[in-house]
Amino acid sequence: MTDAVAGSLPVISDELESPAQRALRRLFKRKGAIVGLAVIAAFIVIALFAPLVSPYDPVATSWSLVRKAPSAQHWFGTDDLGRDILARVIYGARASLMAGAISVGIALSIGVPFGLLAGYRGGFIDALISRITDAMLACPFLILAIALAAFLGPSLGNAMIAIGISATPIFIRLTRGQVMSVKVEDYVEAARAMGNPPWRIALFHILPNILPALLVQATLSIAMAIIAEAALSFLGLGQQPPAPSWGSMLNSAQRFLSNAPWMAIWPGLAIFLVVLSFNLVGDGLRDALDPRERA
Amino acid sequence: MLNFLARRIVQLVPTLFFVSVLIFSLQQLLPGDPALVMAGEERDPAVIEQIRQQYRLDQPVPVQYFYWIKGVLSGDFGESLRNKVPVRELIAQKLPVTIQLASMAIVIAFLIGIPAGIVSAVKKGTALDYGANIFALWGISTPNFWLGIMLIFLFSIQLGWLPASGYVPLTENWRASLASTIMPAFVLGNAIAAILMRHTRSAMLQVLESDYVRTARAKGLFERSVILKHAMRNALTPVITLGALELGTLLSGAVLTEQIFSIPGFGKLIVDAVFNRDYAVVQGVVLTTATIYITLNLIADIAYILVNPRLRG
Repeated sequence: MTDAVAGSLPVISDELESPAQRALRRLFKRKGAIVGLAVIAAFIVIALFAPLVSPYDPVATSWSLVRKAPSAQHWFGTDDLGRDILARVIYGARASLMAGAISVGIALSIGVPFGLLAGYRGGFIDALISRITDAMLACPFLILAIALAAFLGPSLGNAMIAIGISATPIFIRLTRGQVMSVKVEDYVEAARAMGNPPWRIALFHILPNILPALLVQATLSIAMAIIAEAALSFLGLGQQPPAPSWGSMLNSAQRFLSNAPWMAIWPGLAIFLVVLSFNLVGDGLRDALDPRERA
Repeated sequence: MLNFLARRIVQLVPTLFFVSVLIFSLQQLLPGDPALVMAGEERDPAVIEQIRQQYRLDQPVPVQYFYWIKGVLSGDFGESLRNKVPVRELIAQKLPVTIQLASMAIVIAFLIGIPAGIVSAVKKGTALDYGANIFALWGISTPNFWLGIMLIFLFSIQLGWLPASGYVPLTENWRASLASTIMPAFVLGNAIAAILMRHTRSAMLQVLESDYVRTARAKGLFERSVILKHAMRNALTPVITLGALELGTLLSGAVLTEQIFSIPGFGKLIVDAVFNRDYAVVQGVVLTTATIYITLNLIADIAYILVNPRLRG
């Protein structure tokens, strides 16, 4: 009797909680995702309160402090112009996180509407959008981003646009595929039978049901966008000096690798930690939102 | 099979058309007068006029596209503004270097990724499985340009085992060539090894639960034989085709890796072209990369059908 009651409890709780609550509960059961969320939250706080957290001005140069090893005064050491590396890593978080969020925002705001249109309308529009998507996907992500950034001109803003446009086809394809599987469901048929216009069905009946898949992809794409921004800044196509960016810090570090290796360690470690955290959260979300997982 | 192939090739035509439109459109993103931007520091009116003539910038955009694609279809990607060398020649010079690097990277990726994926699936839930999963997460989260810099620091500066930069052609001295490319190849292969490991693991887990593997075990076969002969062969088919699709990741990675290790390949060509405002080279490289990627996709599709009898019909 007790066993039967105990066995039925999860089912009752599953029915009482909303899908979002259930996903959150499952997400918080995953240690990796929790660690990832904590690291991302820490970096967001650091980026937001950089002027309060940073021990020094990130662009203040000092010829007496050129390439000093980590010490009590400068925990991460100083760079080739005597700037404090910890301060630059802290301010660099702003460029990286902003680039990750804004480029994925651009990709979502172009990709989702086009994906909805292609998946819901089908026919010629679908064929046209799909072929353009195929064409964009045929150009490797970073090569397309470099080419776009080169033609737009080097700046953080243009790098974000270039990364956003390069990531767009992923969201068009994902949205289109999700819409095609959802639009044959009974509730969409019912909404259509009730006389809802196509835009209303797409926005209020289909979109909410494909959000989980988009959320997982968006989280993983932020990781990809952060690496891409660092790569573009490394090549000189993103954040312009003297403004700090993890990618451009690595670029200047490469020239002083033999006598100031700390210049390369910290910004690289920061990129690695943030990207790893987004990947952990993305993996956790994918598992938490998977309907086959009943835990 | 032939029908599928014909349909697949017909589908490629509009894709290639849109790729060409996309790459041609990049030129339209140049702010202001493209001839002036392309000329860069060069303010000689004769040079600017030559650029205008070469790219037919005084003609309507569709006409410009027509002449550009006509040239591309006959193998003429234009001329490098800086080196005054046909873009086609530059690509032909640099591509073999990147192909060598990419081939080594793929071999490294398969040598690490597939055994790690198999062990991870067979020993699911053990320390080996966790270790392989941590390796995969590390592989996809490490920026390859940072990994490259760290490897140079360790193996070239600290240990002095390998050259930090430069390239020796395979035909000149194979030992020196391997020494100059092993680090960049590992950097490139590392991320793909992580992706392959994940694919192999999930494919193996699926196959290990299938009826024929259960039957093989029930027949009393050795576990090694069940895994190597029955499970692995079937699990690896999709993984190998997926591996071919990772070439895009590899070509993207080559851009930065070649830059860090000063390897005069395809990736370095595009970066140098970007900084020299040599837009014809940028367009040529992107178009060639996209064509290689599309062709490999097609080969992967055909290979998948050839090894999967159920799809041949």
